[in-house]
Amino acid sequence: MNILSIQDVVKRYHNHTAVDHVSFDIPKGKIFGLLGPNGAGKTSLIRIITTITRPDSGQVLLDGAPLSKRTPEEIGYMPEERGLYKKMKVGEHLKYLGRLKGLSEKEVKTKMDYWMERFEITNWYKKKIEELSKGMQQKIQFIATVLHDPKLLILDEPFSGLDPVNTNLIKDEIDRLNKQGTSIIFSTHRMEQVEEICERIVLINQGKKILEGQVSDIKNQFKENLYKIKFDGEISQEVAQRYQMVADRDGHLFSLNEGQTSNDLLRELLAANITIHAFEEKLPSVNEIFINLVNESKLQTNG
Amino acid sequence: MDKILLIFKREYLTRVFKKSFLLTTLLTPLAIFVLVLVLGTIMTYDSDDAQTVLVSDPGNILNGDMNGSNTISYQFSDKDLEQIKGEYSKNGEFAGILYVPEISDLSNRNHTIFYYSDEKLSIDVNRTISRSVRSKIKDYKIVQLGIDPSQLDKLNTDITLDPEPISADVEDSTSDSTFVRAILGGAMGYIMFFIIIIYGMMVMRSVMEEKINRIVEIMISSVKPFQMMLGKILGVGAVGLTQIIIWTVLIMVLSTVAYSILGIDPQEMSELAANGANLPAEMENSTAAEISNIFVELGKVNWLMIIPLFIIYFIGGYIIYTSLFAAVGSAIGDDLNEGNSLTMPLMMPIILAVYIMFKAVESPNSSLAVWSSMIPFLSPIVMPARLAADIPFWQIALSVALLALFCFFSVWIAARIYRVGILLYGKKASIKEIGKWIFTK
Repeated sequence: MNILSIQDVVKRYHNHTAVDHVSFDIPKGKIFGLLGPNGAGKTSLIRIITTITRPDSGQVLLDGAPLSKRTPEEIGYMPEERGLYKKMKVGEHLKYLGRLKGLSEKEVKTKMDYWMERFEITNWYKKKIEELSKGMQQKIQFIATVLHDPKLLILDEPFSGLDPVNTNLIKDEIDRLNKQGTSIIFSTHRMEQVEEICERIVLINQGKKILEGQVSDIKNQFKENLYKIKFDGEISQEVAQRYQMVADRDGHLFSLNEGQTSNDLLRELLAANITIHAFEEKLPSVNEIFINLVNESKLQTNG
Repeated sequence: MDKILLIFKREYLTRVFKKSFLLTTLLTPLAIFVLVLVLGTIMTYDSDDAQTVLVSDPGNILNGDMNGSNTISYQFSDKDLEQIKGEYSKNGEFAGILYVPEISDLSNRNHTIFYYSDEKLSIDVNRTISRSVRSKIKDYKIVQLGIDPSQLDKLNTDITLDPEPISADVEDSTSDSTFVRAILGGAMGYIMFFIIIIYGMMVMRSVMEEKINRIVEIMISSVKPFQMMLGKILGVGAVGLTQIIIWTVLIMVLSTVAYSILGIDPQEMSELAANGANLPAEMENSTAAEISNIFVELGKVNWLMIIPLFIIYFIGGYIIYTSLFAAVGSAIGDDLNEGNSLTMPLMMPIILAVYIMFKAVESPNSSLAVWSSMIPFLSPIVMPARLAADIPFWQIALSVALLALFCFFSVWIAARIYRVGILLYGKKASIKEIGKWIFTK
């Protein structure tokens, strides 16, 4: 079952197509990465999902149903560019945003208390937003996003401007919400976070989808049969050349030739007079895949 | 609807409970009150203390009698001028010597009198002395020329031009009423002008702030831009109404206080107003009579019609202009100064309306006044100025209908601009681009 199904969505602005026939599905209960360089159309797509704008064609299903007036109450969206009313008090502000999401006065109170206690900031109720640091404001923004228990959480660069401690805090909360069944779309440029957090990703560039799938599958799909080996001793010139051995940060990289398996390489190395400490397949990082694909598509459009 | 109400509440409460709102709302009438009191005191204030002027009047032109004022008191002396001059010393017991030579030729229309003093002759003293001496010489000449004063008095005639209707169904009015109504109309038009400018700007700034600090991004994931805009416009409008109501109450209280301080009794005023027609003869043409006339005329004004209509035009003008100011605010980038080219098109009709309003006050039934009170951009300012004058019902009905229609239209246009504008960052949009936004899906 999919929480979200994007079906052939197109969004044009005056001089460019921001979303160009994009389709993909997001399975329920997963953390999904929405990736793309700046100006790729991520925000345009998110704005369509959150019913801020309407697509020119195509449709979006949320939990099997077309988007409707009720959609905003089922989604929690934390935009990348975000602010709060500086003069308002924390408690008032959370109450206001919660009420706008359709919560009753009583519900807001219970949920706000719960989150304030979780983040150990119960003494902030009376503080004005302008008295808080940027990181502290971000916590309030996060609470405001999840206050109404959305089915789908859309987080655009949720960690920007956060220190490592708070990053971990928010990351743990995201994990916890996900375990409780919330589906999450995670939009970022920080690829190491994608690998750490997301199960599935979609990569869009210049309004088009250029890659979609399970993170592990994608890495396998783009693997270059590279193996990283840590060893002591000398390897003969001939072997080193055949496997195009290069030194890596804490070991050496060997690439397999056509028709060879990792066992062939291992067997040959065991025969040599060396001690092997570690042997692992070197998969490309999402970052590398991302950069390669974006550059490729740039070449295509330029050529 | 629920969400508009929530936004309305926030916009209203955060403004009303701000210190600056409380201060301006309470202090402005107080400041005006103090200013009026101070001005009143200054206007009635003449000089530190009365100066004594010695008068030498060998021809007995003044008849030994000059009415002094709070500034000058006169003292006649039979002594010779040269002798008096000898008694004079700076800062002595008298400030100067007034010498009135004899009049040799009664037909001479110029008479030079002298004031001897080592101190400069102040404008105030000069005016007071000249005025008293002039009236004294007049009395002197009347007697010398053998003119009967009562005959002379008959030459003065006061003119009252009383407009009278021809048809029986037209209300009778007086020139006083026309005057009072013009003042009242002008005041209403002016108040409208200030309200539109002040609250239009307030809405515009507030939209810009939301855009600049990026709260819109969070808001629009829960509410429609239209709800946000309408909630804000209505919330700020309610703040304006609150302020006006508080001011009205305060002004009523303070003016009662001011009356008592300045020695005017409103009770007496209204009694005078009630028997306005049969004023005592000696009261006629006096200031008191004029003031009471104003009260009579104000009492005759059809308040039951004017006040609701004023509020209707207030709401109409407010909605038209603030919605458009909100749209402009959404289209401006981060810099308020950049917005001038966008606010200009809105300021122009407002300023135009004020000038037409002045003309409409002078001649409420000119075709300029009639037609511009039909145009919704102008009518909120022009029409209130005409309301005090009796204008045909069809004009009011048509004008209000057009105004209401245009309210919906301008909110619709503004909403279409706003919804695109608040999501754009960086440079301000050009008028051409804004035009395109109105027509995009």
